Amino acid sequence: MEQSKRQMLEKIANDIRIGIIESVYSAGCGHPGGSLSIADIMTYLYFEEMRVDPQNPKWEKRDRFVLSKGHTAPALYATLAERGFIPKEDLKTLRKIDSYLQGHPDMKHTPGVDMSSGSLGLGISSACGMALSAKISGEDFRVYTIIGDGESEEGQVWEAAMFASHYKLDNLVVILDLNGLQIDGTIYDVMNPTPHDKKFEAFGFNVITIDAHNFDEIEGALKAARECKGKPTAIIAKSVKGKGVSYMENKVEWHGAAPKEEQYKIAIAELTANK
Amino acid sequence: MIKEKMATREGYGQALAALGEKYDFVVLDADLAAATKTGVFKKKFPDRFFDCGIAEGNMMSVAAGIAATGKIPFVSSFAMFAAGRAFEQVRNSVGYPHLNVKIGATHAGITVGEDGATHQCNEDIALMRTIPGMVILNPADANEAYMAVEAAIKHDGPVYMRFGRYAVPCVTDIEGYQLEIGKGIVLADGTDVTLIASGFTVHLALEARNILAEQGVSARVVNIHTVKPLDTELVIKCAKETGAIVTAEEHSIIGGLGSAVAEALTENCPVPMKRVGVEDTYGRSGTVPALLEAYGLTAKNIADKALSAIKMK
Repeated sequence: MEQSKRQMLEKIANDIRIGIIESVYSAGCGHPGGSLSIADIMTYLYFEEMRVDPQNPKWEKRDRFVLSKGHTAPALYATLAERGFIPKEDLKTLRKIDSYLQGHPDMKHTPGVDMSSGSLGLGISSACGMALSAKISGEDFRVYTIIGDGESEEGQVWEAAMFASHYKLDNLVVILDLNGLQIDGTIYDVMNPTPHDKKFEAFGFNVITIDAHNFDEIEGALKAARECKGKPTAIIAKSVKGKGVSYMENKVEWHGAAPKEEQYKIAIAELTANK
Repeated sequence: MIKEKMATREGYGQALAALGEKYDFVVLDADLAAATKTGVFKKKFPDRFFDCGIAEGNMMSVAAGIAATGKIPFVSSFAMFAAGRAFEQVRNSVGYPHLNVKIGATHAGITVGEDGATHQCNEDIALMRTIPGMVILNPADANEAYMAVEAAIKHDGPVYMRFGRYAVPCVTDIEGYQLEIGKGIVLADGTDVTLIASGFTVHLALEARNILAEQGVSARVVNIHTVKPLDTELVIKCAKETGAIVTAEEHSIIGGLGSAVAEALTENCPVPMKRVGVEDTYGRSGTVPALLEAYGLTAKNIADKALSAIKMK
C-alpha cells in the first residue's frame, strides 16, 4: 500500500475513533472498547473495500455489512457519518430518546444499516442469508460481517459457519474481532472459544489471521478473500480492545462504560494529537 | 379448492408447490421437509429450496437476511422449533426489523399424537402474539391453509402460519369463501352464545352447535383464522348480540385465542366467557382421538362450556 493511502486511511480511522468517543460520551453509556478495536477494519471496509453509495443507501447492488457484534454500534455510526450516510452532528444523539441511532443497529431507521443486530450470534446468520440470496439470483454483491470473540461462544455462530461452508458462500467474509476480552474477563478465563483459526478451518473456511490495526494486512486479507472461490473466508483479526485511547487499551472495564468528563478530554486530546 | 379431509400441513405443501409457479419465493426447512410438506415444493423447485439442517435458530436469521435483500422466504419446521427454539431469532432477526419472512409451522398442538409432549407445541400462538407486527394465521382446514399461504405472500411483513399433522374435515367448502387477514368469519348464526374457534377446532365448534341445537340452544360459530390481528370488532359484536362467548383452540388456554378474546371482551364488552383448550399442562403420547378426549378438545366439551357460560348471564 502506498504511504499516502495508508496515511489517508489512518486519518479516517482516527476521525472515526473521535466519533466513537464523542457519541459514547454524549450518551453517557455504550461500548467504546470493542468499537475502537474495529475502527481500522470499518475504515477499510467503507472507504476501500465495499461497493456502497451514501446517496443511495438502499442501492440493490451494494455490498452488505452486518455488525453481528451490534453493541459496537458507535463504530458503525461513526463510520457511516464519516462516509456521508448520516450527518456527523447526529452522533451526539446516540442512545437518546427519539434518536434513530439506537443502542444497537436498527435497519428500519438508520440509513446505511443493512441489518438490525445486537443479540449475539444472529447477525452472522443474517449475513449468510444475504450471501445466499446473492447466489440464488446471480447477483455479484458481497457480504461482510464482524463478529466478536466473546460472541463466538454462541452456538449459532457455528451453525452459521456450517451453513456458509455448506452453501459455498465465497461472497461472504466473516471478520472475527479477536480482542481477547469480554464482559466478565478475558475470553480465556470466561469460556475459551479458541483456537478460532482451527475451528473455522474445520468448518470449511478459508482462514486468514491478521493484525486488525495494520491496513496492509487488512487489504491483503480482503483481497485474498475475493480471490478465494468455493468457500467463505474468515479473517481472524487480532486487535486491541480500546485501541487509540491509552487508558482504555486492553482494559475490560471499558467494554461497556462511557468516559467521564476528564477522561473524555484526555481521550479527545490523545486522538486529536494523532491528526 | 381442497374439499377432502386432509391435514393443514398438506394444504401448506400443496399451496407452496402450486403458488411457486405464480410467485417468486424461496423455501427453507430444517431437515423436516418430508413432515412439514415443504418437500412437495422441493421436488418441483429444487433450486429454490434450501435445507438448513437441524439448526432452527440459524435458519430463522438466515431467512431474515434473505428477506433483507428483497426476496420472500418461507421458513418451516415444527411449531415447537419454529416458535419455541427460534423464538428469539423470530423476535430480533425477523420481527424487530419487520422483515418479510413467512413462517410455516407444522405439527402444532397435541394432534402431533404419539411423539408426545416434547413435540406437542401448545405455546406457539402465545409466543408469537407478543411480537409486535406479527400476523398469526391458524387455518381451520387444508383449503383454508392453502388460502393462508397466498394471503401471507400478498401481505408485506412477517407472518406466522400454524398447521397441523392430523387430517381434518373441510369446513370452508363454501361458495365465495375468502380469507382476508384480520377478518373473522361467521360460519353459522345463532343467538344464545357464540363459539369462537380457530384451527381444526372450528369443525368441533360446528358439531357443538348441533349438540346445543338439540337442547334448544342457538349457537353462533365464528372462525378466527387470524389470531393476530384479532377481529375485535366481530368479537364485540358477537358478545353484544349473543351475550356469552366460548373459545376453542388446540393451544394452551393461556396466551392463545382464548386470551386474545378475553382481552378484547374485558376492555370493551365484558360478557360471560369460557375457554376450551389445553389446560395449563403438557401433552403426552397417545392416538389423536384419545388425546382429544383426554384434553377436552371435543364438541361435547365445547357444548358443555357453552351451557355454563349461558348460565352465567
